[in-house]
Amino acid sequence: MSKLSTRHLLGIKDITEEDIQLIFQTADNFKDVLNRPIKKVPSLRDITVANVFFENSTRTRLSFELAEKRLSADVVNFSSSSSSVKKGETLLDTVNNILAMKVDMVVMRHSSPGAPHFLSKHVKANIINAGDGTHEHPTQALLDAFSIREKLGDVAGKKVAIMGDILHSRVALSNIFCLKKLGAEVMVCGPITLIPKFIGELGVKVEYDVKKALEWCDVANVLRIQLERQQIKYFPSLREYSIYYGINKQLLDTLNKEIVIMHPGPINRGVELNSDVADSDHSIILGQVENGVAIRMAVLYLLAGVKEG
Amino acid sequence: MQKRLLFDGRLLQFTINRLCQQLIENHGDFTNSVLMGLQPRGIFLAERISTSLETLLNKKILLGYLDTTFHRDDFRRRDAPIAPHETKVNFVIEGKKVILIDDVLFTGRSVRAALDAMVSFGRPEKVELLTLIDRMYSRDIPVEATYVGRRVNTVRSQRILVELKEQGMPEDNIWIMEKEDEA
Repeated sequence: MSKLSTRHLLGIKDITEEDIQLIFQTADNFKDVLNRPIKKVPSLRDITVANVFFENSTRTRLSFELAEKRLSADVVNFSSSSSSVKKGETLLDTVNNILAMKVDMVVMRHSSPGAPHFLSKHVKANIINAGDGTHEHPTQALLDAFSIREKLGDVAGKKVAIMGDILHSRVALSNIFCLKKLGAEVMVCGPITLIPKFIGELGVKVEYDVKKALEWCDVANVLRIQLERQQIKYFPSLREYSIYYGINKQLLDTLNKEIVIMHPGPINRGVELNSDVADSDHSIILGQVENGVAIRMAVLYLLAGVKEG
Repeated sequence: MQKRLLFDGRLLQFTINRLCQQLIENHGDFTNSVLMGLQPRGIFLAERISTSLETLLNKKILLGYLDTTFHRDDFRRRDAPIAPHETKVNFVIEGKKVILIDDVLFTGRSVRAALDAMVSFGRPEKVELLTLIDRMYSRDIPVEATYVGRRVNTVRSQRILVELKEQGMPEDNIWIMEKEDEA
């Protein structure tokens, strides 16, 4: 028997390396299930999961919904654009109303950092953070590390560069926590305005030259410029960003080694990543998406599997 | 109660040989029959049976490992979820005769889960169950084994301890013991 050290998955910061390994081992089995002709198992048949999304999402919501359905859970979806949130209801009221309808787990995305943590203190259901503002996105970090493990055999000792808009990225922060816990070396690279000032204190290297970063790393995890979170100008123009920080085949050809290219999506083609890289053999971007379902199944399974006190 | 020995290595070998002969009686040369060991411990027995059958019949026998974890009916009713094991079934069981193999048949609930899990790989023509030890009068579910190594009468407070060489034990021994004797 094996269980996670937590009832909720709020962030990678709060979980242990053993938790991560347990999630990976369970995800291995679910990945096998997903490659069978019948991709469904009945484990969560008496569980109802609410996907509560206060912020837009395609991949994550779809991936969670598929994971829930592959585990035979009942699923209800909620998005803030079509709900009473617009009429002035508070977060806690909204969620308590959903829970009053006998929901066991809540998968939540919210634009405010800490929203799922707040919720976990006030409601009984298991909470899974599907992204809280610029804070954490734990399942993305897990699937990224799982994809590195699958591609390179192990995460420990590998050199991973996270490139782009580090300042506004919850993927970057969760990835840093996750990769460090698994024993990888981590570097962040981007324009100086998009690198948080004290990020070095998390034990990561900081580099401003994209070529040097690529020469150093085994894996480059390229992030999107999050224009929707940028209230001020952090760089002169997208065109200039893509000239200095965009990754294209020409640049990769100048390296004397092969590196793995990852991207959490959505890609802005021609800005941070050119099509000749995104669609190349170096890229494991679609593999990441595939692994996302297996990782989310593992998280749901492990959190749901504990007897209610 | 002291633990009592049910099988030592020699007796275990005799019993496996007998079970193989019984299988051959019913399945002939195994053209349309496959073995499926239940994870985690049924696979060791399944491997031994398949090796013996391969020697006796001088042909390759199809053997799969089936993990029933995701199909169990006690999910959310235990303190922690059970860790899943690998399912390895590299063939379809559509129209085949399947022999499920496990070490101990107790409540029958694992076998129910196995019947459920098996459906992912096709609709078998027939399913049989082989168990090394049948704990009689303990069933929660109407499931009985087709082939039995040994029938024992036990109570709920007892458990069967299976120690096989495959698990890193110096020799094969199968014991019956009281649960509280566990150190």
